[in-house]
Amino acid sequence: MTLSFQQTIQDRVHAAAATGTALSIQGGNSKSFYGRSTHGDVLSVKEHQGILDYTPSELVISARAGTRLTELESVLEQEGQMLGFEPAHFGEGATLGGTLACAFSGPRRPYAGAARDYVLGVNCINGTGEWLRFGGQVMKNVAGYDVSRTLVGSQGTLAILLDIHLRVLPRPETEITLQQSCDAATAIQRCNTWAAQPLPVSASCHLDGQLFIRLSGMEQGVQSAAASIGGEPLPDAAVFWQQLREQQLAFFSGELPLWRVAVPAATGILPLEGDTLLDWGGAQRWLRSEQAADSIRAITGSAGGHATLFRGGDRSGEVFHPLQPALLSLHQRLKKTFDPAGILNPGRMYREL
Amino acid sequence: MSRRNITTELRKHLPENCVLTHAEELRPYECDALSAYQQLPMVVVIPDTLEQVQTTLRLCAEHKVPVVARGAGTGLSGGALPLENGVLLSLAKFNRILDIDIQNRVARVQPGVTNLSISNAVAAYGLYYAPDPSSQIACSIGGNVAENAGGVHCLKYGLTTHNIQALEVLTIDGEHLSIGGQALDAPGYDLLALLTGSEGLLAIITEVTVKLLPRPEIAQVVMAAFDSVDAAGASVTEVIASGIIPAGLELLDKPAIDAVEKFIHTGYPKDAAAILLCELDGTQADVSAQIERVNQVFAAAGAIDLQVSHNEEERQRFWAGRKAAFPAMGRLSPDYYCMDGTIPRKHLARVLNQIGTLSEEYGLPICNVFHAGDGNLHPLILYDANKTGELERTEELGGKILELCVEVGGTITGEHGVGLEKINQMCVQFNTAELQQFHAIKSAFDADNLLNPGKAIPTLHRCAEFGAMHVHHGELPHPELERF
Repeated sequence: MTLSFQQTIQDRVHAAAATGTALSIQGGNSKSFYGRSTHGDVLSVKEHQGILDYTPSELVISARAGTRLTELESVLEQEGQMLGFEPAHFGEGATLGGTLACAFSGPRRPYAGAARDYVLGVNCINGTGEWLRFGGQVMKNVAGYDVSRTLVGSQGTLAILLDIHLRVLPRPETEITLQQSCDAATAIQRCNTWAAQPLPVSASCHLDGQLFIRLSGMEQGVQSAAASIGGEPLPDAAVFWQQLREQQLAFFSGELPLWRVAVPAATGILPLEGDTLLDWGGAQRWLRSEQAADSIRAITGSAGGHATLFRGGDRSGEVFHPLQPALLSLHQRLKKTFDPAGILNPGRMYREL
Repeated sequence: MSRRNITTELRKHLPENCVLTHAEELRPYECDALSAYQQLPMVVVIPDTLEQVQTTLRLCAEHKVPVVARGAGTGLSGGALPLENGVLLSLAKFNRILDIDIQNRVARVQPGVTNLSISNAVAAYGLYYAPDPSSQIACSIGGNVAENAGGVHCLKYGLTTHNIQALEVLTIDGEHLSIGGQALDAPGYDLLALLTGSEGLLAIITEVTVKLLPRPEIAQVVMAAFDSVDAAGASVTEVIASGIIPAGLELLDKPAIDAVEKFIHTGYPKDAAAILLCELDGTQADVSAQIERVNQVFAAAGAIDLQVSHNEEERQRFWAGRKAAFPAMGRLSPDYYCMDGTIPRKHLARVLNQIGTLSEEYGLPICNVFHAGDGNLHPLILYDANKTGELERTEELGGKILELCVEVGGTITGEHGVGLEKINQMCVQFNTAELQQFHAIKSAFDADNLLNPGKAIPTLHRCAEFGAMHVHHGELPHPELERF
């Protein structure tokens, strides 16, 4: 089945490349809100499912791109392990491939690494229909360019992910979330002070005058860190972090455009219009705002950061932070090396790619 | 272009002391730490300023002269081996730390800054830069990025690629690009990942922003001795399976222990067939709990001796033997050759046994001192370069070991890079379409193939030659092919 599925995809790509037909790669279709709106023939990889190899003591799992994130996570959980980057699902049908194509990383990201940090290797099909393998199943591998990590976040514009090898982590023995009342500026300061100390912080967020800090690790270490940080333990903390990750908190409801603002973590409060939720110790700030895109990007850019129109707003414009001309032109040349006919998710990331 | 012409051009645009052409000035650049390969460059350029780097690149691009970048020259795969018809571009003078941002826990540094000096510069703030290749006292951060360097602690803290945030680079055309950024997850393709480990083939690194981590409250080492390599290998898997990720987990086999004990007295048990050094770090509470668990695992796996470091002095003593392992080999044998394959941990015992068999077959002793926790093998083949044919047999044996790594699902290089050394084994690990994709990526950065040509990614022609010879004679190709 697998070989024939691979062949089917290759045939579709060959045919599309020959006629210059745009393909819209789709897993569980849970992330269609993200990126620029595009048109193309749907190329589904949803049925390319299943875990290919998993030996818990190797801390590596290999799975097909169409494998549902929920299935993957439940298999890992049974062995006391997890995905270190704590990805958002944004829907029941979320697949591993789609998650990596979008490079979605959750609350643990600033402390434990991003989606790409956990990718060890991929098998993929490029825009000329070639089946290619990069990286592998081992932790350390510097043979050839690091294409597998480069594909993470490329939103299907370079290649179609088929099989993915991931590093996984043991689940922490215990977790506790503490809540402190403070304003946003104080929260940023506290989070960055703690992050510079050997404390087992695994998530931090500030919302409505409340700072939430999650500590993860072994029982003794977490308890002693909790005592030194202070604050009220938050009941049902797992639900809170899940709702933050899945954008189900009240902050995320309504129709106002949602911006993801990324700045150096210790950056002070930015003069942006609208409500802000601080995540990642200040490194990621969610903004609900109708402020003009150029203005948001100018403010974010001058702080050394970038802004993404994450949900809503004008999906036909530039939803991702514009690239410098020299960098954009390099992106275009790179895209051509993978997808010379320009058929893989054209325009999903940037108009020019 | 002739040597005279490019030298004239370089001299016209650069200060005199930046351009070296005399044989005695070129000699120090004829090899990196893989001294088996040597080649004098056509000319060495040592710029002082970014503008001078830019000028050098522009002149080379204009005149189609290849450029090999060099940091500290500590690379182990011949990645900085000069080209006879090329410019060797040394970035050694770019050795300043530009900015330390304590609040954001990053430092901006020039490429020639040594790895260890970054940690030293931020130690007062309780921070450090995690990747610690064994050459960290000498190796430069630019070279670390080019090779995606690892080290003893990457099991827990990752490789260079996990610990940098931004790069400033120059393309072969002298164009400046900012890659990554001060904020997390920069927009566009993850070029930071692509450039890290690209071995000087895509761009010249002129600045690196590294991430700084809080120094753990405490680190302690457990030393466990085993009466068989199999038992030691199996216990590595058991430790990881127990839910602990040690900061480092290193294995020394019997020949390595013997060599080390002759060199310095570390107190490693002499009757052991293998020992493991397992470092645990974190808060005092966590480390105590982890030591207890790790000790149980080792005991259950049949450890014949277990010792825990109780203070910093003891911890350093346990590590002293590991750190002295390479120099100790140097005393045992006129030359040694260090391999760098990585395998899935579950195949450790099998691969170590097969390496032993190969060692007997070739009549060349092999010691194993390596990063067991992440399956990164460093077999050291002991040989004598003065004996006719011994280097060639050593390289052939090394090639066999790497192919064995690929066979069990691993890779030919975990952290040293392909360079020139492992270029033939790239043909074993990757097929034609994959190599073509690599070449295409290079052409997107460097259309005329001027940056470190002939390294890291083999030409298809070369693979055809290697494949043919490999199948028919089981030998590595002739050395003259390596000058492509």
